[in-house]
Amino acid sequence: MKTRGLIPWLYIAPALLILSFYLVYPAIETLYNSFFKLSSLRAPGQFVGLENYVRIFLQQDTLIALRNNALWFLIVTAVAVGLGLLLAVLLDRVRYESFAKSLIFMPMAISFVGAGVIWKFVYAFRPEIYPQIGVLNAARVAWGSDPIAWLTQSPWINNLALMAVFIWIWTGYCLVILSAAYKGIDRDLLDAARTDGANEWQVFWHVILPTLRSTIVVVATTMTVFTLKVFDIVYVMTNGNFGTEVLANAMYKEMYLFQRYGFASAIAVVIFLAVLPFIVINIRRFLEQEAVR
Amino acid sequence: MSAYGRLRKCMGRIPLHVTVLLIVALWLIPTLGLLVTSFRPYPEILSSGWWNVLLHPAEWTKFTAQNYLEVLTKQGLDRSFVNSLIITIPSTLIPLSIAAFAAYAFAWMTFPGRQLLLILVIALIVIPLQMTFIPILRVYNWMGLSGSFLGLWLAHAGYGLPLMIYLLRNFLGALPKELFESAFIDGASYWTAFWRIALPLSVPALASIVIFQFLWVWNDLLVALIYVGGKQDVAPITWQLAQLVGSRGQDWHLLTAGAFISMILPVSVFFALQRHFVRGLLAGSIKG
Repeated sequence: MKTRGLIPWLYIAPALLILSFYLVYPAIETLYNSFFKLSSLRAPGQFVGLENYVRIFLQQDTLIALRNNALWFLIVTAVAVGLGLLLAVLLDRVRYESFAKSLIFMPMAISFVGAGVIWKFVYAFRPEIYPQIGVLNAARVAWGSDPIAWLTQSPWINNLALMAVFIWIWTGYCLVILSAAYKGIDRDLLDAARTDGANEWQVFWHVILPTLRSTIVVVATTMTVFTLKVFDIVYVMTNGNFGTEVLANAMYKEMYLFQRYGFASAIAVVIFLAVLPFIVINIRRFLEQEAVR
Repeated sequence: MSAYGRLRKCMGRIPLHVTVLLIVALWLIPTLGLLVTSFRPYPEILSSGWWNVLLHPAEWTKFTAQNYLEVLTKQGLDRSFVNSLIITIPSTLIPLSIAAFAAYAFAWMTFPGRQLLLILVIALIVIPLQMTFIPILRVYNWMGLSGSFLGLWLAHAGYGLPLMIYLLRNFLGALPKELFESAFIDGASYWTAFWRIALPLSVPALASIVIFQFLWVWNDLLVALIYVGGKQDVAPITWQLAQLVGSRGQDWHLLTAGAFISMILPVSVFFALQRHFVRGLLAGSIKG
């Protein structure tokens, strides 16, 4: 089927118009702005070369943000994907699978703001003379330990506490995708391995894991991209204080609090550069799929 | 199998059940705490942990809807709930209709640059929205669109469009070729084939895309923070809740009730239409 002339363009014109205005053109302008000192949305800026980028590596909060985004990416992706995989295999063996799956998946429907409130309450901290109303500190006190200010103890406790919220939301996603792939594995293959004397651990390691490889990559890619852009949880729970800053929140602050639009643009470009490899991966996967069609 | 063998097998499965149930409980406790607390009077919340209520059913008589009343009427959550609806519905339908036409062209028409444009769409799926805020805000300020529903609708349409086009195009492209070919041989135009064949057949895909975008927009905070421009009369519920966290951070009776109100609609949609949602996830797990 060959379509000539204008017809196809009429169908895609509205989409192209909106995509150009909301994504393509602003992205290019942001890249341009990142080389300028820009303190107003109305006035033109002053060219400063790479100064904004250099500043990211000199300023305390952006340095912390870089570190934290790296931690988010490593820890959250590993834990959420690992836990999702473990649950996919375990839940397959119990009769209440779909019920359990729904419950673990449910946080995906909750906003990060809502989840932030839910977990702030889990982490609630009060001085020892008062009864603890947060589950975690109540458990600690019952255990005979002192309560902890989970969201202010830097750098490990509070950052891990924030990451836990993200993991709570996204493990369900990993579980659902990985479970679908796991159910696609030929059961005879697993049974054959067991008959040959492989124990469950070996079956998991040598049969299940290699078969699920490509799905794991897809899920890990998605998780990575989301962790690099993480914003709401940090904004709502700590606003980046106490060493919990992340790039997206730093960018928002530069924009709204300090009106340093050039510097904010440079931070946005850094987030973009971090995501770029995954854009390439997605495109490559798309081209492979097309070749098969 | 001997009775002993069965017993052994059963015992052997106990660690499995314990692990699974423990994780499920872990996942449920935070939300349960929110729900219980949202119905407790303020002094009660501070004097004992919410789990005590579960242990003493007599406490249930103290449950009250007062927190909900207060957060709805005095903290402006009634207005922002309505705003969320006003924002979410057009923000879902506008890009959906635009994406349907584009996806159809990408799937069933050949034209120069098609592949390249598709690659661009895929790249745009995961582009950080941070890359777009300042230039768009500049234009919005100039056109008076910031702090307006129209500005929010169009922004969400733009941000949701790439994933929608990609998912729909994959779905439409997977339909049998003969279907379209025979229609075209019978003299059907692209326009008729779109309305008579493509659209009716892609209802399942459209359904999962609608749920996706609905949840995405309803739960969004970042886009709202940028384009609401501090105007409370167009602010969605996530924005208002975040405001409440900032100003009344220790008032758990308000925060828990408010958070629950913000969750009720997406969570119901989720449970009612979970199947479609999962299908959408499986089809296109690349948005970020």
